[in-house]
Amino acid sequence: MEPMAYGQRQWKNWVMKNRLLRYFSSQIDNLILRSLSFFYIGILIILPIAALIAKAFEGGMASLWSNIVTPQAIYSLKLTFITAVVMVIVNVVTGTATAWVVVRYNFPLKNIMNSLIDLPFAIPTVVTGIMLVNLYGPNSIFGAWLGKYGIEIAFARPGIIIALLYVSFPFVVRTVQPVLQEMEQDMEEAAKTLGASSFNIFFRIVLPTLLPAILTGAALSFSRAIGEFGSIAIIAGNIPFKTQVASVYIYGELESYNQQGALGLSVVLLLCSFIILVLLNLIQIWSRKHEGTARSN
Amino acid sequence: MKEQPGQIRIFRKKHYLGKYILITLVVAWFLVLTMLPVYGVIEGTFKNGWHIFITSLVTPASKHAFLLTFWITVGTIILNTVFGVILAIVLVKQKFKGKLLFEGFVDLPFAVSPVVAGFMFIVLFGPKGWIGNWFEMHQIKIVYAFPGMMIATLFVTLPFVAREVIPVLREFGLQQEEAAYILGASKWQTFWKVTVPSIKWGLAYGVTLTIARSIGEFGAVLVVSGSIINKTQTATLHIHQEFTDFNYAGAFSAAVVLAVSSFLILTMMQFVYKRKRS
Repeated sequence: MEPMAYGQRQWKNWVMKNRLLRYFSSQIDNLILRSLSFFYIGILIILPIAALIAKAFEGGMASLWSNIVTPQAIYSLKLTFITAVVMVIVNVVTGTATAWVVVRYNFPLKNIMNSLIDLPFAIPTVVTGIMLVNLYGPNSIFGAWLGKYGIEIAFARPGIIIALLYVSFPFVVRTVQPVLQEMEQDMEEAAKTLGASSFNIFFRIVLPTLLPAILTGAALSFSRAIGEFGSIAIIAGNIPFKTQVASVYIYGELESYNQQGALGLSVVLLLCSFIILVLLNLIQIWSRKHEGTARSN
Repeated sequence: MKEQPGQIRIFRKKHYLGKYILITLVVAWFLVLTMLPVYGVIEGTFKNGWHIFITSLVTPASKHAFLLTFWITVGTIILNTVFGVILAIVLVKQKFKGKLLFEGFVDLPFAVSPVVAGFMFIVLFGPKGWIGNWFEMHQIKIVYAFPGMMIATLFVTLPFVAREVIPVLREFGLQQEEAAYILGASKWQTFWKVTVPSIKWGLAYGVTLTIARSIGEFGAVLVVSGSIINKTQTATLHIHQEFTDFNYAGAFSAAVVLAVSSFLILTMMQFVYKRKRS
């Protein structure tokens, strides 16, 4: 074989060197990008949480515990969970029904309604609060009419639940909708020809398929509900032992310069956030497995 | 066997009846829960005429509040777009120990209560905090000032861009990028000519969500800012202030402005979402 020409060899050397250079420079780039993202997450998320937890345990477990078990704090925690659970139950039913109607049926102005479902995500929570007070407050037409029958909405529990329903309305709809769109209707049709009732078809075929999505939506709504502040602060106010939910309690303590008092419930809420995140991941893993077995069958 | 058309029709009729009842119930629930309050607040604001609406919006406190919201939103868009894309690139392309945990931390702001978030920043950046201590020595105020409000808004909007870019990057970005790289394109060429066009609409959607949330953020900013009129009051804090001062005209007017801007953002979201999917 002919020996390589000089120019050719040099070209090859240059390419080799350049590849090495490119490899090292790409490694350095990766390192820079990784450090930048660690810095950002570190300073915005990890350090603040660490600081809060460190401060909470500064005075020992006993003093933290004593801040959690005051009657007022316990009441606000209970109220938060009760209202959140009621909201989630209503939201699961109405959200699934809304997704069903939007995916399966046609009716006038459906597309506009479909776009407006996201509105609660776009509207600031304070504005939600103002809108609800305007509609259900004691001075409004609707609120005054209900007041005659002794039904209080604003500055009472129903107000909290309505605010929670408003701000978390899209969660269940938007998690169930895509699954319903993807779902094949052949199983339902097969069941129908075999004489199954609509009731049976829904509970035996549709619901099991939708369950992971419904649970995800429920967990997202619940997580939003236990942290919600703006809309509740306005529609329900800050009445201890009546409408004071956990987030409003924490704000009240901070406003009266009692950081110690705020720490207890903050840690509880933070713990709930962690648990919900883990749960959401578990639901995802479970639904993927479920999907896998369904397919292999 | 003889056909029984009558029976089939009855079955169908029943079926359709259920369908219409369900549609009516869902639409009614949707209208009463989400649309009626919007209509109510607009009606309530304008029933006394445009005059009050305008005069309560041009007060110095209100103008200052809207301007502050604008600047915080601009800052948030810039920082969270840059870092959101970096986060997405790192999470999609790189492998390192503890990546799953790291990814979990990126999602955390969605789950944390805004009030607790604000409290965390007071603890960390306050005069006695780990980081605040250092800034205090250099006479830089973070908590109860603009930087703190900025940080709080960055926190609550952090996941949006990353979460929207990650799936798009996973789907389109990598192979094309590798092809461009093998063909000899430089890093920046690859990034601007291959990566950016492929993640464009996902990024735009994430930015729109970021805008919506940073205009609307209330709890975290309230706790961190201390809500000082004409100084650290954003539009949402201004609404809250007017409401607690029983100045309902002012609160309603500002609320209507934000509600209308949410409709605009929603329209933008729909537009971008359609582009993203096609």
